Amino acid sequence: MDFAHQLVQQLINGVSLGSIYALIALGYTMIYGIIKLINFAHGDVYMVGAYIGFAAITIGHLSIFPALLLSMAITAVLGMLVERIAYKPLRHAPRISLLITAIGVSFFLEYTSMYFVTPTPRTFPEVMPNISFNLGGFIINGQQLLILSITIVLMAILTYIVQKTKLGKAMRAASFDTETAQLMGVDSDKVISMTFCIGSALAAAAGVLVGVYYNTIDPLMGIMPGLKAFVAAVLGGIGILPGAVVGGIVLGVVEALVAGFLSSTFRDAAAFAILILVLLIKPGGLFGKNTNEKV
Amino acid sequence: MFFSKKKFRLASMIACGILASALFTGCGGGDSAGGGEQKAAGDEIVIGANFELTGNHAQYGANANNGLKLAVKEINDAGGVNGKKIKIVEADSKSEAAESVNAATKLISDDKVVALVGPAVTANVIAESQVATDNMIPIIAPAATNPDVTVENGKVKPYVFRACFIDPQQSEVMAQFARKDLMANTAVLYLDSSSDYSKSLGKIFKERFEADGGTVVMEEAFLAKDQDFKAALTKIQTANADVIFVPAYYEEVGKIIKQARELGITAAILGTDGWDDSKVIDIAGKDALNNTFFCTHYFEGDAEVQPFIKAYKAEYNTDPNVFAALGYDAGKMLVNAIDKAGNDSKKIRDNIEAITDLQVGTGKITMDPSTHNPIKGIVVIETKDGVRELRTKIAPISPEAQERNEAEQ
Repeated sequence: MDFAHQLVQQLINGVSLGSIYALIALGYTMIYGIIKLINFAHGDVYMVGAYIGFAAITIGHLSIFPALLLSMAITAVLGMLVERIAYKPLRHAPRISLLITAIGVSFFLEYTSMYFVTPTPRTFPEVMPNISFNLGGFIINGQQLLILSITIVLMAILTYIVQKTKLGKAMRAASFDTETAQLMGVDSDKVISMTFCIGSALAAAAGVLVGVYYNTIDPLMGIMPGLKAFVAAVLGGIGILPGAVVGGIVLGVVEALVAGFLSSTFRDAAAFAILILVLLIKPGGLFGKNTNEKV
Repeated sequence: MFFSKKKFRLASMIACGILASALFTGCGGGDSAGGGEQKAAGDEIVIGANFELTGNHAQYGANANNGLKLAVKEINDAGGVNGKKIKIVEADSKSEAAESVNAATKLISDDKVVALVGPAVTANVIAESQVATDNMIPIIAPAATNPDVTVENGKVKPYVFRACFIDPQQSEVMAQFARKDLMANTAVLYLDSSSDYSKSLGKIFKERFEADGGTVVMEEAFLAKDQDFKAALTKIQTANADVIFVPAYYEEVGKIIKQARELGITAAILGTDGWDDSKVIDIAGKDALNNTFFCTHYFEGDAEVQPFIKAYKAEYNTDPNVFAALGYDAGKMLVNAIDKAGNDSKKIRDNIEAITDLQVGTGKITMDPSTHNPIKGIVVIETKDGVRELRTKIAPISPEAQERNEAEQ
């Protein structure tokens, strides 16, 4: 295999890995966009979503798409509950309290799940045919194409909701200034609740798809993807939906190239070096504008 | 409105507190309920189970713990030892070395255990071994295969034992197998750089494989809990080696094999006892596992292993994996030692050291007093169309031969 061939294969690997980061990063960035909370529990919501999908398929004998929708619905309710119980009482507290609470929620979800489902990884039954395409020597996986297209479709739908609908308008208003929005008749609490609902549903979709693609789920599966999705969201400009997708894909490609041409040991170091570099050079991210926060 | 918010905050904090405490008592299981009591003299013998019940290694610790519980349940159902029941007090090492020391200290000083079993992972056993040695409480580590677990500065730790073979044996068996059975000239190492287990196995494999005339042409690494291995595998593919050695745990191994085959890598993939879980077949798929080989502690088709597998299935309604089997073996060894010693930790230690031809779950074992490693065979298993077949069985090495080996090194 020559250099060019390996390069193209690594790009394919990178885009497919990146599309998963992008899918998780969408929910991350959306929640940040509205209440400026880095929701560290997002990766764990993703894990819960994967388990609900798993239960729907193995116990409920559903096929993949009904299971996906069911998981998104239940996880959306979970997301709203988390917001209601853990974050809402802290609405006027300093942002650091919210952040610490988010870490607490993250541990709570991880270890409550571990208690109920045991730490042993579960394997998804084969619910989708796993076809690999061989295009002139390059291997592309069918499920990965599906994940990439679902990511792009969800990004488009979300952008539409945020930019064109009344709910989106309320979201943007609440994001800009919660209290003023409230004075203008926007029910901020409801808007924030809806944001968590949508963000968590996205995480659940990611969880089920990743579970099906990689074949295993376990209660701590959300930690690393959660961190990587955070990097992706910051890279693309946190709070910006297309930024999350581009950030995720760029991150995946960088990881694949580092692993392929430097050393696989440096892969994660490269991912987090990107985070540091972005924060140093362009804190707003690739798609962000450099604006000073109003005091 | 502000009032209600404040109240709500308080209420939710209390609710969280209640939930959390419920969770923690739940984790400890019923066994710890009586943990604070003094050892009831006469009718009970208390042993400690220090395992990774939460954290990154929880799946290994929990399985080993299940194996131990089964061994103890069997003896209690059969009337106990000399009319006394054995009681297990569990403690959680949280998959961290420091917590393992805390858990061992708690078990020894608060619960007054006469012996400890666990943890599952090498680093956590090494951490607790000092506490146990200071208090003269014997430990049996079910699955810690690193040589340093029982030996320190060339001297055997008097109170630390294990129920499994050691890493150098595994790597040597697989390196020789690659050279002689598979006629491999080149190998790639693909190691879990977050695990000492994986790194030490890789190092010894390389030494042995190259001493036998082969060449290790590439070394790559991944991290535990990784999901996607395709980037490194694409690079490994360019090396075009005869075999790929992946000494790691089954969850990652299953995904590595699946993704390697998807990329069109057809080379033989070799591994060690971390592979030994039937989940590998679910994760990787039957076809991907053809042309893969690993060494482990027992072959599930062996007649002498059947009683254990049957008992485990009846108790937990699932197939045992290697951690469960070794946890069970450790339990059997300890029960056997207690049988003749009662509550006396010193005598229990002596009895473990003197174990000879004891029938445990995975076969017959004899303890080597000079290293505290059991003398036990190794099996090499090949997976064909999703079915495991015994490829070769390497007989136990006698202590004399082992000494000779060590002298050569």
